[in-house]
Amino acid sequence: MRRYFGRKLLIYGLTFFVAVTINWMIPRFMPGDPVASMLARANVTQPAAYEAMRSYYTGLFGLDQPIWQQYLNFWGRLLRGDFGTSIYLFPTPVSTVIKGAVPYSIGLVMPSVLLSWVVGNWAGAIAARRKVLDNTALPIGYVLTAMPHMWLGVLMAWGFGVILGWLPIAGGYSFSMRPSLTWAFAWDLVVHWFLPFLSLFLIALGGWAIGMRNMIIYELESDYSNYLSALGAPQRLIRRYAFRNAVLPQITGLALQLGVIVAGALVTEIVFSYPGLGSLILNAIKNKDFFLIQGAFLFIVLGVLIANFIIDIVYVVVDPRTRAGMVAGT
Amino acid sequence: MITVDGLRVYYRTLKGDVRALDGVTFDVRDGEILGLAGESGCGKTTLGKSLIRMDGRMKHVAGTVTLDGRSLPIADDAAMVPFRFHEVSLIPQYSMSALNPTRKIGRMIRELLKARQAPYDEQELHKRLELVGLGVETLERYPIELSGGMKQRMVMVISTLLNPSLLIADEITSALDVSTQKAVATALAGFRDAGFLKSMIFITHDISLTYQIADTIMVMYAGKLAEKAPAKTMVTAPRHPYTQLLLNSLPEVGVRYGQRRLAGIPGSPPSLLNPPDGCRFRDRCPLAYGKCAEEPPPVEVEPGHFVACWKA
Ligand SMILES: Nc1ncnc2c1ncn2[C@@H]1O[C@H](COP(=O)(O)OP(=O)(O)OP(=O)(O)O)[C@@H](O)[C@H]1O
Ligand code: SF4
Ligand SMILES: [Mg+2]
Repeated sequence: MRRYFGRKLLIYGLTFFVAVTINWMIPRFMPGDPVASMLARANVTQPAAYEAMRSYYTGLFGLDQPIWQQYLNFWGRLLRGDFGTSIYLFPTPVSTVIKGAVPYSIGLVMPSVLLSWVVGNWAGAIAARRKVLDNTALPIGYVLTAMPHMWLGVLMAWGFGVILGWLPIAGGYSFSMRPSLTWAFAWDLVVHWFLPFLSLFLIALGGWAIGMRNMIIYELESDYSNYLSALGAPQRLIRRYAFRNAVLPQITGLALQLGVIVAGALVTEIVFSYPGLGSLILNAIKNKDFFLIQGAFLFIVLGVLIANFIIDIVYVVVDPRTRAGMVAGT
Repeated sequence: MITVDGLRVYYRTLKGDVRALDGVTFDVRDGEILGLAGESGCGKTTLGKSLIRMDGRMKHVAGTVTLDGRSLPIADDAAMVPFRFHEVSLIPQYSMSALNPTRKIGRMIRELLKARQAPYDEQELHKRLELVGLGVETLERYPIELSGGMKQRMVMVISTLLNPSLLIADEITSALDVSTQKAVATALAGFRDAGFLKSMIFITHDISLTYQIADTIMVMYAGKLAEKAPAKTMVTAPRHPYTQLLLNSLPEVGVRYGQRRLAGIPGSPPSLLNPPDGCRFRDRCPLAYGKCAEEPPPVEVEPGHFVACWKA
């Protein structure tokens, strides 16, 4: 057991290292000079003042050091929790900017992932049982999974927001509101959250339902199901077993899908101007704010890795075979 | 006592019916072990499945099955349920994967018995496990923690737990090594002696293994009965040319299965999709003559010895 998790942790550690390195590289090799673009926005016209500010900022960001030094500094600051200073929201530290966005992203991704997984598995299991349901659920599922996030988002914003006018289509809360601990504000948050949540939920739902349906059908044709049928066991029991066995690959599937889901969530946030990491990254890219880009991506990588690790643990808990294998192996 | 009369079971396929079981008649008395042998594809599994649970592609065309004086509704899946496990049981060809991988074995057994409204007699279960050399703690394990042979014996115990009248054991030794094969076969004969089952159909490729435990041997060829005789007679004085070749092609008893696969008879069985008229062994039979264009009916050449051949 310890060896198993040790190996997993090592893999995740390596992944993290590679991700950090790539993450550090990308903005540095992006075209354009961040300091110059920032100064351009600041409208500094006098050449002398321009030079002074330029060297001040370059020094501040450490861009005048040799590249390997920048890399080491990067790690050093990272380990101290210092992601640098945002350029476009200067002088707010990147960590503060991210802290403001993360609750929105997590609040969007977590419920949509978990709910779509649970509801999708349930719907798929039912579809596998009834022909009529299968014939309707399956095409709907395929349409939903095939739908690009961008497209469904725009469609829903247009339908529910513009045409029907039921729900707001942009922002995390109304402009007229100030964040506060009141019911009115909480309700406002929920209303703004609902459409982006729904579009993420629906797209993921189709995939889980199809996966579960196929897995159940496969399990129902497996040897242990046939044996139980031969012994006259009722369908109820056989289905119960099939469901449990079919859920296991779906858990692995969840781990595999996390990256895709997060990417989808980023796009959805952008469509709905939802103030999470997705919108943040878009703005950071627009402003060549590479400390912010780095910080946001690092946070996402870290989040996905942690989620993967949690899924690993859950898998070990629910699948007796992995546990048995570990006991036998150590 | 089970009586099978003129049983025909076909597989529905896109190309037409595969006549996998084409008129088979025999019976198995109480306390008798019938060894069923024949080349791959001759219909052994089909026969076994017909007696307990036909799959969706199988079609009962003709014939009747009577178990202890009651007619078995083999074509009616729902009506067969009360018979399954209680009266007719099966040790499948796929015993290695017959147990739900995510349930502890003991719990699976309890859930199965409860679902079948059968009492869970823990003492009896423990006794039987010991009989096949499995510790009681095996019940607390998952199937993956058992070796192939252990799973085999576990399935053996589960399938016979309700003392069925008929047990079908399909190819249960193919995956085992020779010494385990013998142990499993002997354990099954022991189950019969202990009264855990009344009669048994023991299916195998391997005539010599059949001979060790069967009272009667039945040889099938291309969906039909070729010969059926007491085990001793079958091995010492076979009358059907196919059985004779089959026995001649066998090396000494004890050689590993697989090397023994009936390589000795040239040619291959006819397609069962549109089988030719007359004797189905005609193309490969060294004794074939004009009359063989007609189908040879099984004839009782001496008491309990049936042969379907014009030359017998
Ligand atoms: N699902 C199916 N659809 C069509 N034909 C089938 C099907 N299952 C079996 N058959 C055919 O029926 C015939 C008998 O098959 P069966 O499985 O009973 O053979 P067997 O004697 O058990 O062979 P083996 O020794 O290889 O297990 C074979 O010719 C096979 O090709
Ligand atoms: S009936 Fe004819 S072809 Fe068939 S086994 Fe006998 S002799 Fe051979
Ligand atoms: Mg078979």
